[in-house]
Amino acid sequence: MRTLPVSPTRLEEFLCGCRDELPILLGVVPFGMIYGLFALHAGLSAFTAQAMSSVVFAGSAQLIATQLIRDSAPAAVVVLTIFIVNLRHAFYSASVAPYLRALDRRWKWLLAYLLTDEAYAVGASRYLRDSGKAEVSPFRHWYFLGAGLTLWTSWQASTAAGIFLGARAPQAWSLDFTLALTFIALVFPVLRDRSSAAAAVAAGVVAVAACGLPYKLGLLLAAVAGIASGLAVEEVRA
Amino acid sequence: MRWLPALAVAGALTFAIRLSFIALLSHLEPSPLVWRALRFVPAAVLSAIIFPELLVKDGAVSLSPGNFRLVAGTLAAAIAWRTRNVPLTIAAGMASLWTLQFFAG
Repeated sequence: MRTLPVSPTRLEEFLCGCRDELPILLGVVPFGMIYGLFALHAGLSAFTAQAMSSVVFAGSAQLIATQLIRDSAPAAVVVLTIFIVNLRHAFYSASVAPYLRALDRRWKWLLAYLLTDEAYAVGASRYLRDSGKAEVSPFRHWYFLGAGLTLWTSWQASTAAGIFLGARAPQAWSLDFTLALTFIALVFPVLRDRSSAAAAVAAGVVAVAACGLPYKLGLLLAAVAGIASGLAVEEVRA
Repeated sequence: MRWLPALAVAGALTFAIRLSFIALLSHLEPSPLVWRALRFVPAAVLSAIIFPELLVKDGAVSLSPGNFRLVAGTLAAAIAWRTRNVPLTIAAGMASLWTLQFFAG
């Protein structure tokens, strides 16, 4: 986190946002490449795989959707799953809304489109750092834009790189296993207490038990069971 | 190409979620129960993907050491738990899967 001048210009805010996003790209770029590669091996065309990165623009949801497409799930199940997986972004929306209140509609729509986990992490921490200050920069949305666009650009580029590699890597290399491994790496940080661990275990067990269900409904059922278990454990322990 | 329309709908829904409170100026607060439930979404969804990928082989549950993805995935989980290091977890998991496949092969 570099320090800005006392009254930063739009450009200074923008560039500072870009810079602060850079460390996060270390995790994003391999994830984007895994997505591109996996999408191609799941049977999506290179064009559709790349298009999903700008149309949906949400890493975990894209990987999960790709897995469902590989297993020939119906389109409605794919759409509903993406919706549920991305519901958490409502949190982010509520969290940054007070800071964006004064902006015009174009800015609101643009920043909402860029509101991914990684852009939120950087943008929200900026607002947090500013809290308690008597005077804040009027161009903080440029900082947000810098962070969001940096992420967007790297996501598109790493998807393209993954598609390029995917077209050359044989299926025998089992590179689709990187999906499970990526999610294994991502799940431990979210297991913060017993209730979230209960949610994970219940969802996992139901997903295995329901893997034979038609229309690939197992994932949705497992997610609902996991959420219900998490709430139940939280209730008991409260 | 045939997936594009469905993905466009999913993209529009995702955008609507992200825009929701920004556009509505966050005057309406959802119920606390909804917020509490949303907190469990990542844990539930991630593990609902992981479990079948490791445990289900050719359509049936397989707990044997012959299920290489289960062995490699368990090792990767131990590393993820200890180190919280994403690239290391992926590298270790792939290396163990390839090693097992090589010696079985």
